Amino acid sequence: MELNGNHLSGRQRIVGAMVLAVGLVFIIRLFQMQVTTDEYRNRAERLTEEQELLHPTRGLCLDRHGELLVNNVPGYELMVVPRAMAGVDTAALAMLLSLEKDNLVARLNKARRYSRYKASPLLRQLNAEEYAALSAELWKYPGLSIRTKPVRENVFGIASQIVGEFREVDRQDMNDDARYRLGDYKGKSGIEGLHELDLRGTPGIRHHLVDVRNNVRNTLTELDSLPVPGDDLTLTLDAELQRYAEDLMRGKRGAVVALEPSTGEVLAFVSAPSFDGNLLTGTSRGAAYDSLAKHPWKPLYNRAVRGTYRPGSIFKMVQGLIGMQQGVISPRTHIVCNRDIIGCHGAHTQDDLRRAVVHSCNPYFYDVMRRMVNQHPDKDKFDNARLGLGWWTERVKDFGFGTDLGGHVPGTGSGLVPDTTYYNNIYGRRHWTFRTIYSISIGEGELLATPMHMANLAAIMANRGWYMEPHLIRDIGGKGKPEALQVRQEVDVDEVHFTAILDAMQDVIEDPSGTGRRALTPGIATCGKTGTVQNHGKPDHSVFMAFAPRENPQIALSVYVENAGAGGEWAAPIAGLLVEKYIRGDVDNKARESRVMGATYPLDPTFVDPVTLAQTQAASGDPEPQDAP
Amino acid sequence: MSSRSLNVAARLDWTTLLTVGVLVVLGWLNIVSATAEAEVVWDMGGKAGKQLIWMGVCAVLMVGLLAVEGVFYIRTSVVHYAAVMLLLMAVLVVGKKVGGARSWFGVGSFGIQPSEFAKTATALILAWFLSRDGRPWRTFKTRLQTLALIAAPAGLILLQPDAGTVLVFGGFIFVLYREGLSGNVLLVGVGMLVLAVLTILLGASESWYPFLGNESGFWWFLLSLALLGTLALLLVRAATLPRRRKAVSRWGIALLLGGMAFSTGLHLGMEQVLKKHQRERIHVLFGIDVDNPDADYNIRHAKAAIGSGGWTGKGWAQGPMTAYGFVPEQETDFIFCTVGEEWGFLGSAGVVGLFMFLILRVLHLAERQRSQFTRVYAYAVASILFMHFLVNVGMVIGLAPVIGIPLPFFSYGGSSLMGFTLLLGILLRLDAERFAVLR
Repeated sequence: MELNGNHLSGRQRIVGAMVLAVGLVFIIRLFQMQVTTDEYRNRAERLTEEQELLHPTRGLCLDRHGELLVNNVPGYELMVVPRAMAGVDTAALAMLLSLEKDNLVARLNKARRYSRYKASPLLRQLNAEEYAALSAELWKYPGLSIRTKPVRENVFGIASQIVGEFREVDRQDMNDDARYRLGDYKGKSGIEGLHELDLRGTPGIRHHLVDVRNNVRNTLTELDSLPVPGDDLTLTLDAELQRYAEDLMRGKRGAVVALEPSTGEVLAFVSAPSFDGNLLTGTSRGAAYDSLAKHPWKPLYNRAVRGTYRPGSIFKMVQGLIGMQQGVISPRTHIVCNRDIIGCHGAHTQDDLRRAVVHSCNPYFYDVMRRMVNQHPDKDKFDNARLGLGWWTERVKDFGFGTDLGGHVPGTGSGLVPDTTYYNNIYGRRHWTFRTIYSISIGEGELLATPMHMANLAAIMANRGWYMEPHLIRDIGGKGKPEALQVRQEVDVDEVHFTAILDAMQDVIEDPSGTGRRALTPGIATCGKTGTVQNHGKPDHSVFMAFAPRENPQIALSVYVENAGAGGEWAAPIAGLLVEKYIRGDVDNKARESRVMGATYPLDPTFVDPVTLAQTQAASGDPEPQDAP
Repeated sequence: MSSRSLNVAARLDWTTLLTVGVLVVLGWLNIVSATAEAEVVWDMGGKAGKQLIWMGVCAVLMVGLLAVEGVFYIRTSVVHYAAVMLLLMAVLVVGKKVGGARSWFGVGSFGIQPSEFAKTATALILAWFLSRDGRPWRTFKTRLQTLALIAAPAGLILLQPDAGTVLVFGGFIFVLYREGLSGNVLLVGVGMLVLAVLTILLGASESWYPFLGNESGFWWFLLSLALLGTLALLLVRAATLPRRRKAVSRWGIALLLGGMAFSTGLHLGMEQVLKKHQRERIHVLFGIDVDNPDADYNIRHAKAAIGSGGWTGKGWAQGPMTAYGFVPEQETDFIFCTVGEEWGFLGSAGVVGLFMFLILRVLHLAERQRSQFTRVYAYAVASILFMHFLVNVGMVIGLAPVIGIPLPFFSYGGSSLMGFTLLLGILLRLDAERFAVLR
């Protein structure tokens, strides 16, 4: 037995135990991999399952009468599968795509870095003509294909600053919302941006099984879902009025904001010079954006909500109203036009409130302000200034000044109503008195307001003491207007006090010596007020605010024309034309219309309309789409 | 002859044969799924069809092997061995180069891999050599000769190069252990494994050295190994009887120096000899971060496929990882991924169980022999099966390095199936004769 090695037969147990141990370790490992963790299962799903997003139809934008403002139209993307592009004549392809050869090669390399097997976009947002030109030649290039992807079209090319931009997401967007993937589009500004969540809808998902080369091999239909289209938006804009306002403002720098006083709905909204938003899509975007950004008149700057101007004479009406409400004056209060401290213009000596507004009498409102600020005879002048201004600031903010008016209009700035902190920071505590700050009494000095604030003031006048925050949305997907847009904001001025001011505003237009006679439209009782904002040596800004008709007002508006002189000269006739257009539906006063349309302000012989400029640059420029800052 | 044949059928170990049959059928089902040809199984041009042909050929081969008297295998073992050695040499010259290794003879669309037959031949020669006379393991000369018999074919295979099969030859250590190799060798083996793991782990780290700046952490390891080893040696020496101290010192110093030399050699080999991608493979295995994401691509996909099976798997021919080409070589070396993905934990644990049963059954056959030849041969068979199982399954579940060797009776491949049929058929015939002869 020993010779046979059988004395070592005990060793079989050790060998057997090793086999058992290895088998056991394997089974434990298998249990750990297959049962206790999802890590490998998830990894396998990431590898084999691909979710194809079915893009929902984006909601449309309509005007207040249901006219289509922003539409979805077919767009095309040229897709490339790099693997199939080997040996392609890049020079010929570059010619076909009208790209520089280097540019094409760079794009191909970018696609190759993304994936050799997956298709990625080579050119985006091609329009129908570009598509037609390409498709005839496409068969020569097996790696190229066309994918349709709807693009937004601004039907009339109007209100582009309001509609905003719809373009490709960036890294930040994808980080903020996992729903966005590379190559997706989203609303970036304006209504498109503000109402992205309403407009975008819910994408459907189609699940595919892909193989290692990313070819679709099978579908998993039980998990699929259909896309839900986005909500249509009904805007408050009146397309016809909007287009007319843009036409009137062509060749000028400034802004128009028109509101419906009873609702706060924005009827027209122009920041001039305006541009055609359709230029900022597709292959021409880069060049068009460039020329708009470089234009000396800054067409991309939204003057209607971000342009801050000193309110000037128009502010005197606010002073009058606050003064009356506080009881420091009445409509019968006469104040001597004492021009020692503050200058004035025109021949008048001792106006009552109504005529002081019509004449824009500076000493009158200087004195009103003095009475409002110095209300504490027992205190010294520093305390009086501090307490008075603190109280006054709150009253002025009641009118919406110094606030963003609810911020319902994208980009709304708040302007400036200086308060005690503001002056303390400049002069130091107890180092300023009424005499330091008096220029705000006539709407000059540190006061700043946007055209939107002034239109809102016109709405307050029209409503005799209240307003609704200006907004652009009438309806979201048939669900009506959000409650938050229908809150009546009360101004702490009783209705009776408005009569004198409104009389004055009507005089401004109807009195033979009124400064706003150019806004006169026979048969429509229009109330208005001119403003002429001094401008440090440059020509004055021409400003006008108005509402009409006096009873049951339908429209309240502000018009700004930069560096165009007196308010009655250019802003008033534009306001008059818009009032006539909106209330009558048409304009009879053709002479006034052609005078406004033919004018260019500020007078600049080298002026080229930014729309024209952008179009020419886009036609000649490099079609490389660049990310705008 | 006829009575002898009946005799074989009656004494045949049907349990082993049935286990192998089940493995082959299960393997074929997985090959069908892995080659995504479920609808064209009967197209003999496809891999599943080819495998079916091989299965038929091997069934005939098995019957033939069982019909041959055992004494034939014993007497011709030297011839087998010599023939295989010639083939192994020839393949290095005229072989077809596939995947960087010259290991195939091309015959039409079929290929033959001599290294598959080298395992059987080496098992036979080992059995013959160790059973020649009573206790062959006793003299140094026979030990050396035994090792040379294993090393010669292994060396030729290493030249191809085919590291996996060489590793399988390493499994013959179990045969030698059973036949008298000192258990200390196994212990030293385990010790070397521990040293190797530590060397690779610490060798890949970085550490600060005075005057030298940052270098591989291995040198700290070597330093502490020397210090701790010396300390341990002194302690052990102090605890032993004075008359044995000399021997303890001698063996202790030898072990310590040997360990340090082994460790250093391995480290330098890793850094200097291995190419970057080979080093990365090893690092991936040990969970060390590598810069190159492609380095562990295969094994990541293999693990994902297995892990996605869950309890019961996705069903036969239902696994997307298998069907859509995510796992490389999935009908041969990575066939176990298909089992894992489509049959789940229950299926793959079952297959592991079947292999354990087969190996233990072969060990059981070995121990019931009166013939030393058959016992040694059976141990060799068990060792070969075990090494294949260990390396192949260990690789796909991420417990062993990526070394391509087939799963016995399971993977696609004619040479592999034929080689294992040969290995097992001879064993079953010898086992059937266990009462007939005493050799």
